[in-house]
Amino acid sequence: MTFGSWLALMVALVLAYEAVRWLRQRALRDGGGRWRRFFRHPTTAWGCGILTFLVIIAIAAPLVAPLDPIVQPDPVGLKNLPPSWTFLMGTDVFSRDVWSRFAYGARISLGIGALGALIAVALGSLVGAVAGYYRRWIDSLLMRIVDIGLALPRIFILLMAVALWDRLPFAWLALVIGLTSWFGTSRLVRAEVLGLRERDFVVAARALGAPSGRVIFGHVLPNAAAPIIVSAALSVGNVLLLEASLSFLGIGVAPPTPSWGNMIADGALSMYGAPWTTLFAGLAISLVVMSLNAVADGLRDALDPREDAA
Amino acid sequence: MTVPTSAALLRVRDLKTYFVTEHGRGTARAVDEVSFDLYPGETLGIVGESGCGKTVTSLSILRLVPEPPGHILPGSLIEFEGRNLLALAPRELRSIRGNQIAMIFQEPMTSLNPVFTVGDQIAEAAIIHQHLSRRAARDRAIEMLRLVGIPDPDQRIDHYPHQLSGGMRQRVMIAMALVCHPKVLIADEPTTALDVTIQAQILELLDGLQQELGMAVLLITHDLGVVAGHTDRVVVMYAGRVVETAPTTGLFERPTHPYTEGLLAAVPRVHAPRSRLHAIPGQVPAATDWPSGCRFHPRCPYAWDKCAAQEPPLLDAGEGHTARCWLVTEPERRQAKP
Repeated sequence: MTFGSWLALMVALVLAYEAVRWLRQRALRDGGGRWRRFFRHPTTAWGCGILTFLVIIAIAAPLVAPLDPIVQPDPVGLKNLPPSWTFLMGTDVFSRDVWSRFAYGARISLGIGALGALIAVALGSLVGAVAGYYRRWIDSLLMRIVDIGLALPRIFILLMAVALWDRLPFAWLALVIGLTSWFGTSRLVRAEVLGLRERDFVVAARALGAPSGRVIFGHVLPNAAAPIIVSAALSVGNVLLLEASLSFLGIGVAPPTPSWGNMIADGALSMYGAPWTTLFAGLAISLVVMSLNAVADGLRDALDPREDAA
Repeated sequence: MTVPTSAALLRVRDLKTYFVTEHGRGTARAVDEVSFDLYPGETLGIVGESGCGKTVTSLSILRLVPEPPGHILPGSLIEFEGRNLLALAPRELRSIRGNQIAMIFQEPMTSLNPVFTVGDQIAEAAIIHQHLSRRAARDRAIEMLRLVGIPDPDQRIDHYPHQLSGGMRQRVMIAMALVCHPKVLIADEPTTALDVTIQAQILELLDGLQQELGMAVLLITHDLGVVAGHTDRVVVMYAGRVVETAPTTGLFERPTHPYTEGLLAAVPRVHAPRSRLHAIPGQVPAATDWPSGCRFHPRCPYAWDKCAAQEPPLLDAGEGHTARCWLVTEPERRQAKP
């Protein structure tokens, strides 16, 4: 670790902590009902803090990481070193700095998580809204597709897709994961839309002459925002886990590019001798998923319309 | 009060809206051969008990009946300015909805979208039909709020529906409906969900706006008091059928159909000696099996065998008055059975 990377790491820690603390204090002191409910549980604040920290690390990876994550300085002499002041998280079997790989891996893993979840939620909302609003044959058709999608183990679909294209570039991997992760969301949104389409304000909007697209996207979906947002937060965690498992199986992000899944795969063989090679990446994945769950809980509380009575 | 002289603005002929019920319990004939005319500038009331097809009639005019399970049968005609609304392409129909024919709903609590400000919702019709910019539409919405008598319109415009009272919300609904100055306003029980003082205010507001904008109003209600004070002509519906049409004054002076008679007798009177309130015995039958013959005969105090056997057509009772009742031909039978 160089002085610069220590400094950057400290700044990132303090920044994440202070930002969340400031937001929480403001929310609890003079925020509206929603913000207060969001921060009501301390776990939500912790979740936010951890996510903020990791996102800062991902964005500032070149500043935080002292070494190139791919370079192998001395595969013999510097192999599997335990964490120390020089190598914050130790080195892996190829003598690469685990901390540098961790920081750059955050970019890939969180990036795929966010992008994949975005695709999954957008597609799921669209399909769910169309199926729920139009009903009839289009609903049956789309929901049978969803049934099939949910019935097939996702990992096999992904294996097939990945096998077809060999090594996928980053964006494609996110796209493929996103395209296989929308089924649950679409069911959720459909159920919500089925209830909303019977509401008087939807009839009122149609009576005003609004075309179907405007009714669906302008009137129905905004009322389903709460479950969609919560499901988006949970999706990020799911996609992240999926990316990790694919990379662990050696068909996700192409090595030597670091991702948290790749790191676990690389360290798996030396896990007993050098646990730090897998520990930190695994810990990060678990932490992100738990944090996202905590944040989703907070969002659910914050967006619950029943707590928002007039 | 205007007397219809010109051609009808809206002509409804033989409107049949049926609902297919689940579990094969048959077809609910919610609206069955309903015909009426609406003339420019007049207020036509449609009265009847719950379940007699008033709301379905009003929804059918703009083809807002949920399909499935509902459908409007071929052979029905809803003609607006010479065009059959039932045959219009969706796009043309949308250009009429909210623009030429607008609607106000019963429940101001649920008919406004909870996630948008009232300004956004009022501006919507102007944006859809007149392609106004957001800025211009907002000014328009403020103007409309002022028109419907909401104080501080430039502040209220940014309020959400839940921040307003029921009466205010109904005013917002009216503003939404009138943004494009429609020629016909369909008001489906606009005051049922409001308390009595607010009810009077809203109806007065509607009357005033009607004068100002010169529109025709189709006022759907179960409240004969509202009918008496605010309509020019009345259509009485029972069991999916029109049973009586008359000028408002004529209806109250000389109710012809026994159902209308029963409705009028059921109105509580302030000056009458205290007695039990009159009620029409029984209930509106289920729409899946209307009685044979005259649909009112099981509840009718005058019914005789002909009523159960044969349904009367709408018979002319003179002075613009028609009634679907054999009593028009045999008035001597108008004596309650012992």
